Amino acid sequence: MSDKPPIITFENITKRFGKMVAVDNVSLSVQEGEFFSLLGPSGCGKTTLLRMLAGFETPTEGRILIDGEDISSVPPNKRPVNMVFQSYAVFPHMSVADNVAYGLKVDRVPAAERNRRVEEALELVQLGGLGGRKPDQLSGGQRQRVALARALVKRPRVLLLDEPLSALDAKLREQMRTELSTLQEKVGITFIMVTHDQDEALALASRCAVMNRGLLQQVASPNDLYEFPNSRFVADFIGTVNLFEGVLAVDEPDHAVIKSPEISTDIFLDHGVTGASGGVVWAAIRPEKIELHKRPEGSTAPSMGDAPPGANAVAGTIRHEAYLGGESIYEVEIGGGRRIKVKRSNLTRWDQEDFALGEAVWLCWHACSPAVLLS
Amino acid sequence: MASARKYPVGPLEYLRRWQMQAWLAAVGLFLYVPLIALMAFSFNDSRRNIVWKGFTLKYYDKAFHDASLIEAFGNSMTIAAVSTVVSLILGAMVALVLWRFRFPGKTVLDGALALPIVVPEICMGVAMLVFFARVMPWPQGLVWPLNLGAIIISHISFSFPFVAVVVRARMASFNREMEEAARDLGAGEWRTIVDVILPHMAPSLVAGALLAFTLSLDDFVITFFTAGPDTVTFPVKVYSMVRFSVTPEVNAASTILIVLTVILTAVALRLQGDPAVTAGHAPAADKS
Repeated sequence: MSDKPPIITFENITKRFGKMVAVDNVSLSVQEGEFFSLLGPSGCGKTTLLRMLAGFETPTEGRILIDGEDISSVPPNKRPVNMVFQSYAVFPHMSVADNVAYGLKVDRVPAAERNRRVEEALELVQLGGLGGRKPDQLSGGQRQRVALARALVKRPRVLLLDEPLSALDAKLREQMRTELSTLQEKVGITFIMVTHDQDEALALASRCAVMNRGLLQQVASPNDLYEFPNSRFVADFIGTVNLFEGVLAVDEPDHAVIKSPEISTDIFLDHGVTGASGGVVWAAIRPEKIELHKRPEGSTAPSMGDAPPGANAVAGTIRHEAYLGGESIYEVEIGGGRRIKVKRSNLTRWDQEDFALGEAVWLCWHACSPAVLLS
Repeated sequence: MASARKYPVGPLEYLRRWQMQAWLAAVGLFLYVPLIALMAFSFNDSRRNIVWKGFTLKYYDKAFHDASLIEAFGNSMTIAAVSTVVSLILGAMVALVLWRFRFPGKTVLDGALALPIVVPEICMGVAMLVFFARVMPWPQGLVWPLNLGAIIISHISFSFPFVAVVVRARMASFNREMEEAARDLGAGEWRTIVDVILPHMAPSLVAGALLAFTLSLDDFVITFFTAGPDTVTFPVKVYSMVRFSVTPEVNAASTILIVLTVILTAVALRLQGDPAVTAGHAPAADKS
């Protein structure tokens, strides 16, 4: 995969609107067949990047290459990409079939082939037989399928999706998520999706780029983003995280210890840290990687086996519980007013009764669980 | 209906209270009795037209054979048609510019656009008179319909802002992503206007055209100031007839005009009600 030239390359792209820098020197490439996701909070520049690729904005600096060709001066109607808009932008005065056929009509595709391809595209998005309907007779989900079919029927090199699921309700969103990824596998077209919803990006994308304030933060697979974030921003933006600021007290090739004034225990790691050079570091521990144990009066800290006694275990009191059905999220106070989030699966039907508000608990985690962040 | 009576009147069901119903009826009477009286008396078999003497169609016959009335009517229709078409094009273009672009002097243009709407008609009339007398005298003695030029120009100047306002209001509900979608699917700029923007604009064009047409058709004041001795329009002609006496012939002519306007309005409303023309405003961020 990596030895093939990328299908899309952003080369040092900067976009300014007046004084505001929307995209700041972003370089990025996307391989053919990827389901790539641009992820970030609103206003981070991800949509601007997508719109520059579609041709609705021009970069202030830098080049955009599609298949190695600079397309900076190519108008949107001549680019080999098609877009599914956030509002779907289905033409209200045309029937579903006419909507899908529009791009082919503009390209003067002969009627017979056009009809065949429209039919195929509608089948592909499971709208077969609804070609005669008007958009106002469709549900939101169906309108989105029309937008998908309309873009896919042109067989673009790359399909762009702008917040494709944001307007759907929760149940439908989950369903469309699955459908989008099956669809991508079926058509084999490169998808680039913009979203602010990290769950959506993790579930769909083969690779994600996280952006913040116009800057590219990290480009990685969903798994790497979640387990190996490269900064506090990424760790915090993707999922939930408990962060502890501290210093590296020990840094050996096979283990390391972080001491943090925010927590009374040593944070022991089963690996060395590179590039730390004695400055401030942060330990990031995900809520689901922390175990909860009851803490009877006079008990000692439980050992996880992979850390020295006393490390990676801290006493606390449950202050808040959010019962979410499949899991419960506890907020545990560990002294100094500091609270830690702990996630616990409700494996049996009585699980949530084990830990009540005000209950004394031990929190502990494995030596491989914390991620060390240098920025 | 009978079963609906059983329910008590809700706090917002104003129309089920007799006071409101009486008020509505009074408003209806006030608005329509004069018109109905005018129409009824056009069938009155009496010269003086004060007392009902019996049914006749002879004043319609008379009106249809009154050459000067027919000529005035023809003039009015021509003026209205031409000024509507020009106002429509001009108004729609101004609306598009104001909707689409940012440019220096936009607020000024925006404000200036409303001037012909708010300036008293009599002032517009005098202004037009001065303009055509001093600044750009319209040549006399031209062949029909060129002799109507001055009136047509003045009608355009007061009706195109109405078109612009209506079209602009409609464009406010246009979803810009629709335009981008068309471009994205391969359409050039011109094609995008024709395929996506114009269909959205259509209902406002119909409404604007209707407004411009009726404004022009029944304008008296401005026309009075710009019309030459040989260019009489329908309202001006009716006015001059009334100066002698209100005959049923005037009623008949007015009735024809009313019926014509009503038909036009009905057609326009019908077109606007067509879902194919009006459907779909802005984004559809809604229920599944």
